[in-house]
Amino acid sequence: MLTTLIRVIKSGWFNFWRNKWLSTAAISIMSLTIFSITSLLLINVLVNSLTTNLEDKIDISVYFKLGTSENQILDIRNELVKLDQVRSVEYVSTKEALKLFKEKHKDNEVLMQSLGELDSNPLESSLSIKAQETSQYESIVGFFNQEDYLEIVDKINYLENKIVITRLASIVKVTRQVGSIVLLILIIMAILVAFNTIRLTIYSSRKEIKVMKLVGASNWFARGPFIVEGIIYGIIAALLALIFIYPLLWYFSPKITTYLPGTDLFYFFQTNLISLFLLQLAIGVALGSISSIIAIRRYLDV
Amino acid sequence: MIVFKKVSKIYPFDCQALVNINLLIKDGEFVSIAGRSGAGKSTLIRLLIKEELPTHGQIFWKDQDIGILKNKDMPLWRRQIGMVFQDFRLLPNKTAYENIAFAMEAGGRPNQDIIRDVPQLLKLVNLTERAEHFPNQLSGGEQQRIAIARALAHRPKVLVADEPTGNLDLLNTWEIIRLLMKINELGTVVILSTHDRDIINGLDKRVITLEKGKIIKDDPNGKYILF
Repeated sequence: MLTTLIRVIKSGWFNFWRNKWLSTAAISIMSLTIFSITSLLLINVLVNSLTTNLEDKIDISVYFKLGTSENQILDIRNELVKLDQVRSVEYVSTKEALKLFKEKHKDNEVLMQSLGELDSNPLESSLSIKAQETSQYESIVGFFNQEDYLEIVDKINYLENKIVITRLASIVKVTRQVGSIVLLILIIMAILVAFNTIRLTIYSSRKEIKVMKLVGASNWFARGPFIVEGIIYGIIAALLALIFIYPLLWYFSPKITTYLPGTDLFYFFQTNLISLFLLQLAIGVALGSISSIIAIRRYLDV
Repeated sequence: MIVFKKVSKIYPFDCQALVNINLLIKDGEFVSIAGRSGAGKSTLIRLLIKEELPTHGQIFWKDQDIGILKNKDMPLWRRQIGMVFQDFRLLPNKTAYENIAFAMEAGGRPNQDIIRDVPQLLKLVNLTERAEHFPNQLSGGEQQRIAIARALAHRPKVLVADEPTGNLDLLNTWEIIRLLMKINELGTVVILSTHDRDIINGLDKRVITLEKGKIIKDDPNGKYILF
C-alpha cells in the first residue's frame, strides 16, 4: 500500500516535471483563478466594511423634555437595552449635550455669546440608539409610542431622517446582495476555467491512461499520478497567487484607504495571512484534485 | 488454454466483425492470425483482452469466462496477458526503463523484483544501453522491442501481438519476429496477428486465416493462402 502510494506520487511528480509546458499553462491558469477568488473575497471584505461603516453612521436620537429626571431616562435606557433589535444605547445628559455643543461651535462667536446670556442650559438630554439592523428603527420608534413615554419625549429625529435612513438601509442591503451574487458568479466562472484547463491536460493524456489500463494498472494506479499532478498544480498556483497579491495590496491598499477611510486591506491581509494562504491552498488542492478525478473518469473505462 | 466458444461481434448498424468463431489455443502454441485488413483480426484480439465485449458467445481462459470478470479483477486478468500493439503505445513521459518498470509497479511487484527484472528484460530485447532514453528518442524497432519487454514484465502466460511489425521496415520486422519466437520457446503462448505474407510463410507455425469475420482455414503448419 505504502509502496503503491510512493510509486503514484513519484510518477505524478515525474509527469509534472517532464510536461513542463503543459504544467506551466495549467499552473498559470490556476494561479489566476486562485488570485481572482482571493481578490473577490478581499473586495467582499471591503464592501462589508464599507456597508458596516455606513450602517454605523445611522442612529436615532430621542430627545427628552427639559425637566425629565435622569432616573426616568436611565430606566428607559434599561428597557431599551433589553430589546433584541437594539445594539447600543448611549445616554447624553444635558451637561454633556452642552459640552458637545460648545465644542462643536467654539468658533462661532455669535452663538457662544448668546449661549452665555442664557441663565439655564437650553439643551435637552437624549438617548442615541443604534439598531442591530437598519430596518429595525421603525419598531424601536414604536417603543416610544407607549403612553408613559409620550409625555416626556420631546422629539425623535428618526421621523425627520426617515427617508435618508431607509434609503441608506436599502443601499446597504442591495450592495450586499448584488455583491454576493456577483461574487458567486465570478467564483464559479473562475472555477470552470480552471476545471476545463485540467480537463484539457488530461485529455492530452487520454491515450496514456488507456495504455496504463491495458498493461494491467488498476483504476487508482492509473488515476493516482494525475491527481498528484493536479495537487502539485494547486500548491504551486496558491503560492504564486500569494506572491502576486502581496505587493499589489501593499501598493494599492493605502490608495483605497484614502478613498474609503476606515478600511485597510493590507492590514487585513497581513493579520489573516496564514488563514488566507491555507484557504488558497485548499482551493488549489481541491480544484486540482477534484477536476482531475472528474476529468479522468471517462478515460478509465477500458 | 484459451477457448473461443461461438463468439460473434456485431458493431452498431449490423456490421459483422466476427461470426461464430470457435477456437482452441493450447499452452505453448505460436499462433498466427492472418487475413486482410478488416477481416476481424484486431476485433478478435480486442475481445481477448476485454477491450470490448463479444455480442454473442464466450471466451475462456483456462476455466474462467472472461466475459463475466468484474471490473476490479480486470487488472489481474490483463497482467496474465502481455499486449504488443502496432503503434507501440509506450508512455511518452517515461524512459524505456520506466516503461517496463511501470507494468511491474502497476502489478504491485516489490522494488527488488523491478531492479532485478528490468535490466534482464532490456537485455533480452538487446536494448540495455537505451534504458534512459525516452520513446521519442528511440527508433520504431527499438520502441517495439521495449513494448515487448514491457509486455513480458508480468511474466505473462500469453503474449498477444496485434500487427506488431506494421510500422517497421524489413530488418526490424524480422528482429521482432525472432524475438517473439524466442519468447515462445521459453514457454509463452504467442498470438500474432498480421497480414504480412512473408512473415507467415517464414514461420511455419499454426495459421488461422480469417475472412469477413469467419475462420476459413486453420492449419498447423500453415501458409498464407489469400491473394
